[in-house]
Amino acid sequence: MSETSTRLDVLKTYKLYVGGKFPRSESGRVYEVTDSKGQWLANAPLGTRKDTRDAVLAARAAVKGWSGTTAYNRGQVLYRVAEMLQGRREQFAAEVAVSENIGAKKAAALVDAAIDRWVWYAGWTDKVAQIAGNGNPVAGPFFNLSVPEPTGVVGIVAPQAGYGHSFLGLVSVIAPAVATGNTVVVAAAADAPLPALSLGEVLATSDLPGGVVNIISGRTADIAPTLASHQDVNAVDLTGAIAADGPGAAAELEASAADTLKRVVRPEVDPFAQDWTVAPGTDRLLSFLETKTVWHPIGI
Amino acid sequence: MAKNTKKAEEPVRKNGLFEYAPAPESPAAAGDIATSYGHFIGGEFVDSSGSEALKTVNPATEQVLAEFAQGTEEDVDRAVAAARKAFTDWSALPGSERAKYLFRIARIIQERSRELAVLESIDNGKPIRETRDVDLPLVAAHFFYYAGWADKLDFAGYGSNPRPLGVAGQVIPWNFPLLMLAWKIAPALATGNTVVLKPAETTPLTALRFAEICRQAGLPKGVVNIVTGDGRTGAALTSHPDVNKVAFTGSTPVGRAIAKQLAGTRKKLSLELGGKAANIVFDDAPIDQAVEGIVNGIFFNQGHVCCAGSRLLVQESVQDEVLDALKRRMDSLRVGDPLDKNTDIGAINSAAQLARITELTAAGEAEGAERWSPACELPGAGFWFRPTLFTGVSQAHRIAREEIFGPVLSVLTFRTPTEAVEKANNTPYGLSAGVWTEKGSRILWMANQLKAGVVWANTFNKFDPTSPFGGYKESGYGREGGRHGLEAYLDV
Repeated sequence: MSETSTRLDVLKTYKLYVGGKFPRSESGRVYEVTDSKGQWLANAPLGTRKDTRDAVLAARAAVKGWSGTTAYNRGQVLYRVAEMLQGRREQFAAEVAVSENIGAKKAAALVDAAIDRWVWYAGWTDKVAQIAGNGNPVAGPFFNLSVPEPTGVVGIVAPQAGYGHSFLGLVSVIAPAVATGNTVVVAAAADAPLPALSLGEVLATSDLPGGVVNIISGRTADIAPTLASHQDVNAVDLTGAIAADGPGAAAELEASAADTLKRVVRPEVDPFAQDWTVAPGTDRLLSFLETKTVWHPIGI
Repeated sequence: MAKNTKKAEEPVRKNGLFEYAPAPESPAAAGDIATSYGHFIGGEFVDSSGSEALKTVNPATEQVLAEFAQGTEEDVDRAVAAARKAFTDWSALPGSERAKYLFRIARIIQERSRELAVLESIDNGKPIRETRDVDLPLVAAHFFYYAGWADKLDFAGYGSNPRPLGVAGQVIPWNFPLLMLAWKIAPALATGNTVVLKPAETTPLTALRFAEICRQAGLPKGVVNIVTGDGRTGAALTSHPDVNKVAFTGSTPVGRAIAKQLAGTRKKLSLELGGKAANIVFDDAPIDQAVEGIVNGIFFNQGHVCCAGSRLLVQESVQDEVLDALKRRMDSLRVGDPLDKNTDIGAINSAAQLARITELTAAGEAEGAERWSPACELPGAGFWFRPTLFTGVSQAHRIAREEIFGPVLSVLTFRTPTEAVEKANNTPYGLSAGVWTEKGSRILWMANQLKAGVVWANTFNKFDPTSPFGGYKESGYGREGGRHGLEAYLDV
């Protein structure tokens, strides 16, 4: 065979990430992902309500192990994720560039920021209890201690807009939830799902137990209401809900979440103006925690 | 009544002991109760814009204590406007000045605590022993605690100079009227918010008396506003467009409705809702102490406690011993006149609540659980319910699943710690739990596993202003008390 200068690329079949595995959508359907000029990039799985319910099952099954892991070990695993991200830096930069229609340099900077943010959250795992918990000096002979615990399964509507949303924004909503011991089901940015689907491949090779992070691409109008109404989801992060389907839809998700009194993180009023490069505070880190207070008498 | 209840007329007194002589507190200590009340808005007692009046009765006698206004939407509007107007200056006041107002309020509550305790007992039906020794000391302590936070918010862990939210709309229940008011108003004011508070429609009197205390303390007009009425008034308050923060303590269905109502708004919400707590007794527990804890867990405040230990989970091997001791102890509980200082269990708060307890206990019997109550005479007038326990209860029974909010204990058994955890967590609620064992490592393991906001180990129903209180799951969200309690009233 003679060498040719036009070697044909091997294209990747993008798949969902559920329970540590890479299933196609149970519907067998895909949708076209294009760049800003309408150029075809890939066929992403069109995740359904059923796929979302399967993901919730996987997330629930992973709660006990992940929340029971020591904070130190969770930090190690999450740092490992950052190491794997670093190795795939160029791939993510290329996906971010086409997803957000920005230049290669800006895209690379956004990926670097996402990796750094992941490292930042990885370092929080064994510190959050020390800023969110405390001993309480009650007026009596009692030992009294408040400690934060993970809420459980968190349904996340990933950022759909704003500078850096497709990857930095995605990392900014997933990392704080899992750093504090929750497991998540994420509705990826519908128009820009490729970085999210590739993140699944990184997580699968990072010692993160299957089911801790589950990623579904498809119509947010199918996925998000399934998360908001699911009886076995404890909290919802609606960050991308307004940009995805409008304020009315976001309000409906919140109302639906109220049926089982899920904890709700509301979207920003103007998600399109959100700049994901702005350094986060501890808001998200503390959003999916429950404070447990334990009393015991002191005596001899 | 239950088939195996001894006849109430039996003259022999318990265990051959002498009967206590009555030791009644004077109802006159409650001070003057007006025949009718309006709202407290903008620092003044004002009439309602509407003509509808409700009546509050003494649940121990069914006598009407006073009439009070059914707050209209217009009333709520006025109160929110007054709170909005007051917010500008109140939030701009140095924290050290806000603190001094709260310290003043705490001190006046201490000065007037006998009056308030008696008034609370009369309006609510709870024993004077509890209002005097539990409610009122905790009310004053709560204001004292949050007073000290007002000028230290920079150090509370919410960033420097954390800002208040604005006007807080607060709706509280009837089980601890003044204590719930303190839990709501003290942190709101300390953080620089102004409030409109609606007390429950069966217990408005101590909140209206608190309005007088605000006046004595010289609190600026409009910082605290009290609007009375039933659920309609509450709905008008929580849905008011100029309210920035909603805080609700009450039932899970109402909490759910409020959360739905607020969906899509920017109002911050904290909810403290129902519970169905497990009180878990292991075979190595000190039985006498555990029995005291079980009794305190379910019969404190007639069981009108969201964190009541309403499900007793007892390890099978000590079931008989625990139940025998528990029945002996229940036999000595004194049910009756709330103003008698010897009374353990007072009146059920309302006819409606009595009907609810009666319905659920009837369901317990119908579903096959075995009912037991000690013999005890109940007064003729008023709303009363004997302390009751059910054995042979399964997890599917309504009395094991639904909040009864009365002096009714459902007993279930377990063999292993794992089984105890599974049964304890098998509820949509997650407010509190109790663990009784002498083994320290088991206490900590259980405390880890239990999905509950408060875990009492070898104790139960303890409260303190420094200790955060609030639930997991459908028991609500947000915490009241402690440093954590500030968060609900700050823009963070």
